Amino acid sequence: MKVKDVLINGIIKENPTFRLVLGMCPTLAVTTAAINGVAMGLAVTFVLAASNLVISLLRNFIPDKVRIPAFVVVIAAFVTIVGMLMEAFVPNLYDALGLFIPLIVVNCIILARAESFASKYNPFYSFFDGIGMGLGFTAALTILGIIREILGAGTIFGASLFAQSFEPAIIMILPPGAFITLGLLLALLNKLDQKWQQKQAKQV
Amino acid sequence: MEYFSKIFLILLSSILVNNFIMSRFLGICPFLGVSKRVSTALGMGAAVTFVMAMASVITYLAHYFILVPMEMEYMQTLAFILIIAALVQFVEMVIQKMSPSLYQALGVYLPLITTNCAVLGVAILNIEEKFDLFQTLVNGIGGALGFTLAIVLFAGIRERLETSDIPEPFKGFPIAMITAGLMSVAFLGFQGLIK
Repeated sequence: MKVKDVLINGIIKENPTFRLVLGMCPTLAVTTAAINGVAMGLAVTFVLAASNLVISLLRNFIPDKVRIPAFVVVIAAFVTIVGMLMEAFVPNLYDALGLFIPLIVVNCIILARAESFASKYNPFYSFFDGIGMGLGFTAALTILGIIREILGAGTIFGASLFAQSFEPAIIMILPPGAFITLGLLLALLNKLDQKWQQKQAKQV
Repeated sequence: MEYFSKIFLILLSSILVNNFIMSRFLGICPFLGVSKRVSTALGMGAAVTFVMAMASVITYLAHYFILVPMEMEYMQTLAFILIIAALVQFVEMVIQKMSPSLYQALGVYLPLITTNCAVLGVAILNIEEKFDLFQTLVNGIGGALGFTLAIVLFAGIRERLETSDIPEPFKGFPIAMITAGLMSVAFLGFQGLIK
């Protein structure tokens, strides 16, 4: 197993949002603007990498029966750290993400990786699995955030894109826009995947 | 009297206006995961209602009688998630002993609730909104009823979707998302109920 493969697995092959469809709550809730998506993604990346590393180091000491509560305590500790750091250094983003920062604890991606990867592999690979999965999540959130921000507010990372005459579709930054954008994106990816597989089959 | 109208507003807001799934995006995982049949959706809704009501009250007590006197509010996330995990385990054991038939019905959903962000979400919201104990309970139950309403309606639509002719790339999650989006548009209509 190579580090590169572990990273690419998280970003593309098993992209947590588009492939595994995990961690939907923050994905839908915070992507009203691209910058929020990036911030949420990076916060999750930090928690994923750090908790994967620690859980992997402790994997031989944690009794099997209490492993889930033990994982949750490790994850909650890192989430508290991220929350405090964000509140101190980027208070605007902290306010924008609000409730969803403490809720990183119950993000299924983190517990899923702890259970299926960090508790089986060594700390080195586990750390990079966390980074890869986190970047995959960040990429997905950023894409969603960019689409919703352009259509719903006519801006990208806060910079105005269109002339005054552009009438933004407010619905895209309201809750329904989140569901519809993600649904259409997933369908598009399915279609591309189908095309790609047909092409592969033809070549064989 | 003013107190009761406030309670009523909290109830209305948590069930319809700020519906946990449709406008706050809390509890999306079980919403997508256990909504294939109306009967299982009802079971999940019942289990969540039970746990959310209890979790709201217990986390409220823990916050104001343990964390605040000890000046450890920063431990909120860690303390709340442990309380919820322990509570879910405890509820599971009690139901198993007291009522095996109810356990049969709810059993599979109970462990899933620990990672339901709606439960942790409502606990944190109660503290943020500075509710008193009774308002906390009402908000917890209201939120859970809103969750049940949304998941049961969604399951009803999904049962019908199964027999309809959907374009290949939209099968599964994509059409479920778009359905949820349209439901969310409908829930936007409640926005004007409370100023």
